[in-house]
Amino acid sequence: MLGGSAAVGRDLRGRAKVARAAELSPESETVTEPYTEPMAVLVDTTKCMGCRMCELACAKQNDLPEPEPKVDFSVRRRTDETRFTVVNQYETSKGTVSVKTQCFHCLTPACASACLTKAMYKTSSGPVIWRGDKCMGCRYCMVSCPFDVPKFEYFSANPKIQKCQMCFSRLSEGEVPACVAGCPAGATSFGPRSAMLEEGHKRIWSEPDKYVHNIWGEQEAGGTSWLYLSAVPFDEIGLRTDVGTEAYPVLTKEFLYAVPFVLTLVPPLLLGVSEATKRRDAGQEEEA
Amino acid sequence: MEAITSIHSDSRSGARRFARFFISELRPKGRLLTPFNLISGALILTTIVLLAIRFTGGLGTITNLSQDVPWGLWIGFDVVTGVALAGGAYVITFMVYILRIEKYEPIVRVTVLNGFLAYVFYAGALLLDLGRPWNVINPIIGNSFGFSSVLFLVAWHFLLYMMAELLEFSPVIAEWAGWPKLRRRLHALTLGAVVLGISLSILHQSGLGALYLMAKGKIHPLWYSEFIPVLFLVSSIFAGLSMVMIEGTISHKVFRDRVGRPLREGHDPIVIGLARICAGTMFAYLGLQIITFVHQGRAQWLGTGWGNWYLVEIIGLTLLPAIGFVIGAQRRNPAWIRAAAVFALLGVIINRLNVTVIGFQSHIPVRYVPSWQEIVVTMGVISAEIWVFRWVVNRMPVLDYHIPSRKRESGDSRAMTAA
Repeated sequence: MLGGSAAVGRDLRGRAKVARAAELSPESETVTEPYTEPMAVLVDTTKCMGCRMCELACAKQNDLPEPEPKVDFSVRRRTDETRFTVVNQYETSKGTVSVKTQCFHCLTPACASACLTKAMYKTSSGPVIWRGDKCMGCRYCMVSCPFDVPKFEYFSANPKIQKCQMCFSRLSEGEVPACVAGCPAGATSFGPRSAMLEEGHKRIWSEPDKYVHNIWGEQEAGGTSWLYLSAVPFDEIGLRTDVGTEAYPVLTKEFLYAVPFVLTLVPPLLLGVSEATKRRDAGQEEEA
Repeated sequence: MEAITSIHSDSRSGARRFARFFISELRPKGRLLTPFNLISGALILTTIVLLAIRFTGGLGTITNLSQDVPWGLWIGFDVVTGVALAGGAYVITFMVYILRIEKYEPIVRVTVLNGFLAYVFYAGALLLDLGRPWNVINPIIGNSFGFSSVLFLVAWHFLLYMMAELLEFSPVIAEWAGWPKLRRRLHALTLGAVVLGISLSILHQSGLGALYLMAKGKIHPLWYSEFIPVLFLVSSIFAGLSMVMIEGTISHKVFRDRVGRPLREGHDPIVIGLARICAGTMFAYLGLQIITFVHQGRAQWLGTGWGNWYLVEIIGLTLLPAIGFVIGAQRRNPAWIRAAAVFALLGVIINRLNVTVIGFQSHIPVRYVPSWQEIVVTMGVISAEIWVFRWVVNRMPVLDYHIPSRKRESGDSRAMTAA
């Protein structure tokens, strides 16, 4: 449906409405940005009850199969091409913690920098979106994503790359992402990233014993548009703490910077050497 | 000169004559029902059936690729390894056209042909792996240009390099078809094509390694490093040359009657010279590997199973073949050199697979093992390439390159070659 021109979605009050999914795969180069500043979602894992209403809201919004009503929380679930967000529960030093996971929408995403057609595209409003009219299905985004987020439809002749789009089409209509709207516990907040960071730091500041003293996503992999507050160290609740603070595209920057230099310097060098070795057989060569 | 005017004045009948000649050339030479033909034919037919299934039901129907391992054998072996093994073309053209070392002239045509076909078929293999192949022209036509992507660079370079290789080989085609004027024009472009080809090769050989730079944390630390591009570039030199030696040895047996005198007589000195270059490059490569080893702090992994596998690659399949090349070159013993080339080649194949497949996502519980269909398609692609190679070598002046071109240009020789 993401590649289609229009799709029927349903907002939380159950009203059917038409989400302009066309904006996810615009025919033109330009993407209409709903915001002038990067937006973000702040997830407070101390508030999450593990009700999985976000999963339901996401499935409805994206026309995905409805999530199974009961899940075994002892098994760690992962997002895939039929579910863009999942809630897992972790037994930690401070009891059971429920954590919603999805694409984190990096500020400088590896997937978008890997994409040779800019099908995977970082909007300046925050969401990383996928545009089917550009994608050739090479799956380099999947190889590059440190979180293994983009998923491929292996059993389709017209496969799509599937992942959370941070409800870009909803943002275009001035609404918050479906999962945020569907959260009854107030565990998620949506707003400008700077404001979400401020809000997160404020909560840590006002309840220093409740939270660990940093926000996951502020620095991770160069910063993400999904920010997490936690009562326990982040690696205890399944968030990757080994991705560093450098944006992943920096890893290929040096190589890419070398390209124009090689293309500028090597040909004249080769021609020079070729000229130098021409010697006596110059005339002979013409004949060959 | 007269021949040229006659071709021009009567281009229509010329075209008809060429069409007739081409159709006659399409006819197979030699026995059809050889064991090789039967096996490779069966592989190609099976490949076609498998690809029909793949393109109707999706990649998952015949591959073992997964959400964790999106690139498997087709990318890791066909593309990444295949292109490394095709590196001989840029090295040999550098020596022949830039350094003008005449000694290597007899092998330049067959190496360029091999390089060209390797790229055509391995780029073809890339198409098989694309989920949405109808969009393959997007990065070329600008929908959109992903300048920040290493794959964008690699894709453009594959395309441009294939064109450069075709240009380098085109005088041979013109000789075969009997178009002397065109041949002279094309020949004049050779140096430009060679210069372009070498520049592109430097970038895409290393670029294939740079593709994996963002897979940091997914590739086992014994194979991930920020030096992958340099290591890939340097190893493509001896990978390509080892392939040239092995392919030369096989060609000399299979196409014995097509091998011209200069190639037959010059082959041993050529092989010994290439062995020296391989040895030198391999020691430089081992030096780079030692720097990488220290820089990445790889010592902690030695003693594990992965560590042993790493040592097999570095010592067993790089250091030992390098020593083998030295001994072979000193004793002027082609048998030693051939053996060293086989092991050096194996070393590069193992290295590429370690980065792309074996050491990729090495920490996940469900390991990727290619399906039999992926292996058959790979073998089918290689079989098809060998068929085209054989067709060209049996008809065009590739191995018997010594026959003076002027004699070919006389037009009569065309009939002679066709016979």
